[in-house]
Amino acid sequence: MRNRVVITGLGVVAPNGVSINEFTENIKNGVSGITHFPELEALNFSCQIGGRPIISEEKKRDYFTELQLRNFNSSGIMYGVIAGMDALRDAKIDVDGEDPNWDLGIIFGTGSSGVDKFREAIYKLDEGKVRRLGSTVVVQTMMSGVTAYLTGMTGAANVVTTNSSACATGTEAIIMAYERIANGKAKQVLCGSTNDYGPYIWGGFDALKVMAYKYNNNPTKASRPMSETANGLVPGAGAGAFILESLESAKTRGAKIYAEVLGGAVNSGGQRGEGSMTAPNSIAVQRCIKGAMTDAEVSGADIDYINGHLTATIKDSTEIKNWCAALERSGNDFPYINSLKSMVGHCLAASGSIECVATILQMQHGFVFPSINCEDLHPEIVALIGSDKVPQKKIDTPINIAAKASFGFGDVNACVIFGKYTSKK
Amino acid sequence: MTTENIYAKLLPIVKTYLPEDVNVNAITPESDLTEDLNINSVNLVDIVLDVEDAFDIELENDDIETLRTVNDAIGIIKAKVA
Repeated sequence: MRNRVVITGLGVVAPNGVSINEFTENIKNGVSGITHFPELEALNFSCQIGGRPIISEEKKRDYFTELQLRNFNSSGIMYGVIAGMDALRDAKIDVDGEDPNWDLGIIFGTGSSGVDKFREAIYKLDEGKVRRLGSTVVVQTMMSGVTAYLTGMTGAANVVTTNSSACATGTEAIIMAYERIANGKAKQVLCGSTNDYGPYIWGGFDALKVMAYKYNNNPTKASRPMSETANGLVPGAGAGAFILESLESAKTRGAKIYAEVLGGAVNSGGQRGEGSMTAPNSIAVQRCIKGAMTDAEVSGADIDYINGHLTATIKDSTEIKNWCAALERSGNDFPYINSLKSMVGHCLAASGSIECVATILQMQHGFVFPSINCEDLHPEIVALIGSDKVPQKKIDTPINIAAKASFGFGDVNACVIFGKYTSKK
Repeated sequence: MTTENIYAKLLPIVKTYLPEDVNVNAITPESDLTEDLNINSVNLVDIVLDVEDAFDIELENDDIETLRTVNDAIGIIKAKVA
């Protein structure tokens, strides 16, 4: 018998909002967080735009001590700590205890925690000044830096780890946390993911020629998932965080319950068939979505809303085709679907968690946010699903069951199913 | 450079690394940096770098090994500065 698992806290650091309230308002109104970066232009990037969360010096000091901020240069850890601590505060979990909290775990993923810090260190090291690195390089460059910081700030003493599965990382973290609690091995898990900002992260994608390069003068129009004029992805950064908790623990504490995690699945296409390092294997994608629905004990007909991966590349229509096949629904029978990447860009390892935060907020408040920049819906998509299933303006509607999937480099997939919490199941 | 001058220059460096619950008044020449002031031992390497910058000197691994108290630091600095 699995424990039921619910969400009792949320935190977000996104290019279009660095608090739950600001983010909620902006996704309702289709506000883009994509801007032009002169530094990318100076570095000869094809794509000179991106999404970067703006954190004021004052806000940093709400989360970090002066000593922690000394020689601090890891935006990934910064975003992850802010989102993570916000989720804990939202869930009203006490983090000031003297003793380790054996029931609280952390599963917080990333693609890299602080490339800027790494660069700083490499320059000093190559000058023969390894002794000048000081104490801050290891913790700010190791992948698990974000969980290490969060552990010290919370006393979490159950599982403490950092997962990494490219752009599936955030969704995978939620599924890992869900399984841990469902199996009775933890009561609460702070989970989510973060991705640092900047040219040293984004450069590799620019070189792959997968980024939007035609909209440098019109940044808010650049990220165009599902559009006929989609021109590639726009890079982003940030973090999303959740408190997952056993229903029993949440009830005992009288915690606010946002939604229930009904189930999920992860898999890989093995880079076989049409799958490769960079392309998903559709058979695997469909298996992953179906596997998540089986795990959640729901059918395709039950899904009210899909938060797509939808990156604004030529693969968007393939993704829609895979959803149609997995849910056995198409045309006007298809559920609502949108892409947060239209507003924040592709936040890479953080994309899954930020997009799951958006999913939960839509369930909580009963709306589907506008998927901006796809007024010219791709004909291949129009051929598959009703055009009104992709909202151009916010639609107010209850969402009882939502599906979210993320797909990553290496041919990895993750799909999670959320349900509105009801006492019966 | 007098002991007083060195101490005055050293004090703000040490202060930077104090845990939030330790008051700056707790710093005395006899204070053991990690035992008495509860400074995280990992920060000793940062204190060494700050001292090098402030006094324009370079500390050897042997110096760093003997560094325990504020007085130890003053002694090491005194021997290095002309």
